[in-house]
Amino acid sequence: MADEKTPIVQVKHLKQYFNIGKPNEVKAVDDVTFDIYPGETFGLVGESGSGKSTTGRSIIRLYNPTSGQILFKGQDISKLKNRSPKMKQFRRDMQMIFQDPYASLNPRMKVKDIIAEGLDIHGLVKNDDEREKRIKELLGMVHLNPEHMTRYPYEFSGGQRQRIGIARALAVDPQFIIADEPISALDVSIQAQVVNLLQDIQKQQGLTYMFIAHDLSMVKYISDRIAVMYHGKIVELADADEIYSHPLHAYTQSLLSAIPVPDPEVEKTRKRIDFDHSKHFTDNQTLQEVLPGHFLYCDDATAAKFKN
Amino acid sequence: MEQTPQIPKEKFKMIHEDDNQEQEKIGTPSLTYLQDVRRRLLSNKVATVCMVLLSIIVLISVFAPIVAPHNPNEQKVEYANLPPKIGEANIPGFNGMQKRGGKVVNAYKEVGAPKGTTYLLGTDYLGRDLLSRIIYGTRLSLIVAILATLVDLIIGLPYGIISGWKGGRTDIVLQRIIEIISSIPNLIVVILMMIILKPGLASIVIAIALTDWVTMARLIRAQTFQLKEQEYILAARTLGESSTKIATKHLIPNLSSTIIIQTMFTIPNAIFFEAFLSFIGIGIPAPNASLGTLLSDGQKAFRFLPYQMWAPAIVLSIIMIATNLLGDGLRDAFDPQSSD
Repeated sequence: MADEKTPIVQVKHLKQYFNIGKPNEVKAVDDVTFDIYPGETFGLVGESGSGKSTTGRSIIRLYNPTSGQILFKGQDISKLKNRSPKMKQFRRDMQMIFQDPYASLNPRMKVKDIIAEGLDIHGLVKNDDEREKRIKELLGMVHLNPEHMTRYPYEFSGGQRQRIGIARALAVDPQFIIADEPISALDVSIQAQVVNLLQDIQKQQGLTYMFIAHDLSMVKYISDRIAVMYHGKIVELADADEIYSHPLHAYTQSLLSAIPVPDPEVEKTRKRIDFDHSKHFTDNQTLQEVLPGHFLYCDDATAAKFKN
Repeated sequence: MEQTPQIPKEKFKMIHEDDNQEQEKIGTPSLTYLQDVRRRLLSNKVATVCMVLLSIIVLISVFAPIVAPHNPNEQKVEYANLPPKIGEANIPGFNGMQKRGGKVVNAYKEVGAPKGTTYLLGTDYLGRDLLSRIIYGTRLSLIVAILATLVDLIIGLPYGIISGWKGGRTDIVLQRIIEIISSIPNLIVVILMMIILKPGLASIVIAIALTDWVTMARLIRAQTFQLKEQEYILAARTLGESSTKIATKHLIPNLSSTIIIQTMFTIPNAIFFEAFLSFIGIGIPAPNASLGTLLSDGQKAFRFLPYQMWAPAIVLSIIMIATNLLGDGLRDAFDPQSSD
């Protein structure tokens, strides 16, 4: 869809290792490459521990990447110094929505101070009146009652808290938002509320999302393109519909076969496809474009087969 | 069989979007943080009583020179070991009567004190007024307690936060220093101090300053380790908040319960440490009084003149219990989530 545009985020050979050189070294993200285009929602799925959250946190520089490049609007942000002016600008342009609405809001701060944290850091408001006005505006944006700004987080439900978290991220006018499993801790009825809110805001403000999740049906609903992660690597990347209709990688097929269907007849006959790690991974594999816009982690021979 | 109630259609009504606003209303009144803290603290009766008791004790010791009925160090050997007496009232235990030589006599008359001489809590073996000595002794003990608390907060708190926040090599170095300090017993530090300084308030305070913050630093470090992985801290970092601001805005408020509890342990510990040193004779030098020296003196005469130990022991107990209970109350009061 967006192939001709220039990507807003380009991740090139990103590696994020922990405890380097020690016996417990972890290769959380191992040579990952992908692009995200302006205005799209990029879904990142994978099982627990596959490195999807770590990828998100490396991109937003909560971690210092071990190697590789992260280009944001053409500029390499993987090596920005922590207190440089460029870093400060970057902290405004890219924001994050967190997974656990019960842990992502400081329990000792009032809602208005939580939301205004970004405003205060970047000096976006001149005085208290303006600050108050902006907070009310942001609360309105996420459909919360502006009277709630003097409350503490514990007085809110999970969905309301998550919306406060969204308002906090929106306060600094970001262009790119990483949503790190923003709905996995919520009740199903509230999930739809939050996802729809995210989509509305995306339309209003022309935002780009990277949506990290493990709920496949929700990812399909919200994403334009989807990358499937496994063991720190992206094994398949394609348009959302393409991934669901033509999964090429055995792991993707296995994942899709695990989605339950709310229909007893189908459920009776649904077969899970097992995935055997040792059969599908060899050393000479890379992520390559096998069909237009469809990337697969495979060796050259397999890729050649698809291209013909 | 499931039964569905028959409700006529006209009883249903379309809800309007405005009604959602109603649903999201929260019932309790909104207050500022400090108002909240005060309300919660005052609604806790035990804590309120303890706060009043402690305030009275603090006020009395601050205004000791005005409040104390006698000079605490003035000796009148002829009035030695007089029992408590409150005016001319005949309250058992406070009427100046004392067993002497197998007979109960008016001790004040025996020593030939002029009429109207009263010592509310009696006198000690040198004829010094016990009440005045307790007031001055409490004052000294409280000074030790406050200094110990300050050291906890000024050294222990930042030390723990830095160690926990930075982690890695900084943490390893800082923790080894703590281990070295905590491996030296307090008593040895005090005794070493006395080689350089004279025994007295200064050497006790320095000994406390050198060693007492270690526990606070350790607790804070452990908590900081937990807190720094919390998502609201990560959110602050993605917004570009500086480390110092994160410490003051996010860490310290969330560490407050640990800080308060630890402080409430430090205060009685410091008082007790001073009392212990004075008790074994290497604390506050004579003739100055502290709760410890008073207990030590009282203990020597406890079998015959029990009042000389009861009074300081009761004051010490009240201070300790009150600080502990007030600490509990403060911890709850500072937590917005605690039920009230």
